Amino acid sequence: MADDARPITRGFPRPAPTRDAAPFYEAAARGELRFQRCSGCGAFRHYPRPTCPSCLSREFSWELSTGRGVIHTWTIVRGPTLPAFEAKLPYNVVDVLLDEGVHFVSEVLDVAPDEIRAGMRVRAVFEPVDEDLVLVKFRRDD
Amino acid sequence: MNEVDPAHLPRIRDAAAIVGIGQTPFAKSLGRSEPEMAVDAIWAACEDAGLSPRAIDGLVRYDMEQFDEEQVLAALGNPLLRWFCGTPFGGGGSASVVVLAAAAIAAGMADTVLVYRSRARGKASGYGRDPKQGGRYWEKLPESLPGLNQWHVPQGLVSAFQEMAMISMRHRIDHGTTDDQYADVAIAFREHAIRNPAAVMRTPMTRADHHASRMIADPLRLFDCNIETDGAVAMILTSTERARDLRQPPAIVHTGAMAAGSHHIRLSTLFSRPRDEDSAVRVGRQLWQSSGLSPADVDVAFFYDFFTSMVIIALEDYGFCARGEGGPFVENGGLAWPDGRLVCNTNGGQLSEAFIHGFNNTTEAVRQIRGTSTSQVRDCEIALVAGANSDPTGAFLLRRA
Repeated sequence: MADDARPITRGFPRPAPTRDAAPFYEAAARGELRFQRCSGCGAFRHYPRPTCPSCLSREFSWELSTGRGVIHTWTIVRGPTLPAFEAKLPYNVVDVLLDEGVHFVSEVLDVAPDEIRAGMRVRAVFEPVDEDLVLVKFRRDD
Repeated sequence: MNEVDPAHLPRIRDAAAIVGIGQTPFAKSLGRSEPEMAVDAIWAACEDAGLSPRAIDGLVRYDMEQFDEEQVLAALGNPLLRWFCGTPFGGGGSASVVVLAAAAIAAGMADTVLVYRSRARGKASGYGRDPKQGGRYWEKLPESLPGLNQWHVPQGLVSAFQEMAMISMRHRIDHGTTDDQYADVAIAFREHAIRNPAAVMRTPMTRADHHASRMIADPLRLFDCNIETDGAVAMILTSTERARDLRQPPAIVHTGAMAAGSHHIRLSTLFSRPRDEDSAVRVGRQLWQSSGLSPADVDVAFFYDFFTSMVIIALEDYGFCARGEGGPFVENGGLAWPDGRLVCNTNGGQLSEAFIHGFNNTTEAVRQIRGTSTSQVRDCEIALVAGANSDPTGAFLLRRA
């Protein structure tokens, strides 16, 4: 079977958030990075969930993040990958440790593959995919 | 962190044995259905044990398996199943199937338990839109993501090899692990595969070959990744007592353990926890606590070699060396038969034999205990088999009777 005939996913794979996660995407659409913050112990957490993993409190609020942090680890995807991402190969994926202490998987824009380093300071930016979806990406912050 | 209370050792200990193993040929593409391959492997395992398929009364299914309980029962002439379960978490569940089978036998819930895995996983073997319909599952992810993969797939992190690349990169950042050390793992397992007629990859690999293979996701090259193959593997377990009367020398499940923590895919939560809370580290501690053995007692080990880098990390997870020393451990043929520090994956593993989700590593561990491997470890008494590390995972020790 020719590669272009293989039964694979060709569209952009989109988040389908539950009610737990919807506030994150609503904030991103407004240009804000917000995480759940425990009302009991003050710990930030990501991904969204009903309970604080540190103190088990179920009280929380959605707090604004500074959007600043460092690259904890990274890869350069050189392919194969899904067709939705093939046009930007090679591209980076990074795990950002935000100053609030949470890890977030994203991409650093406008940085060449050989410039990515652990410890690089980055800040959040908001990248529309289309009319209905904004993803949180990062840029260098130095 | 004492996870096994010495006063209440798990009753799984020495209660069950693997008494039959079977497999199909392995190849990049076989052009056969998963049910057809599964039945071939199950029949071969029953034949090897000297038991009728109708003797099967327990079944452990791997959750990524297409050939489910209902189809298995129909294909086996409807044996009177009285216990069944499945294990989730991809490669992390590959050894847990044996732990669950042994637990059922130890608890008296079943006498003769089947475990199996059938995969049309070659790149060209996809035949439909469902992720379980052959080929690469990740190429058929849904376009709408309600689960936790919504936090990384839209960012372009779409598959296990990319996630493992990021975990491997962090290990390099912390410990300076090198390309040469990755090559040491790949070459050792390739040498094992060359002696194994069932292996798919039997061409010699040099360090230069490894370094020249194309980068897939930094720091992982093509030759750091498991191969993409078709094939099926099945095993039959029964009580150690009953095993004495059967055809083959039993491979006794000495002890086994499972642990759940952060899923490797959830990098956002994985990296929020210290590495000594990783599932594989906790499974290792449980194995040593519940057996009274230590890594030094292991004659041959089978790590879930989805990537060379993860074998290096597994050596640390299971206590064969200190954290950060896995790289130096594999140097100079550290994992190679016959004289390595710890001979590993003597079938060639998933890097060079076949990628049957680790089940082919388990059958090779049984051959080591029987004394029939093509890279046989002398006087092999204890074998370790581990599921994928950095997952919720499981592992077990096999011993000779």
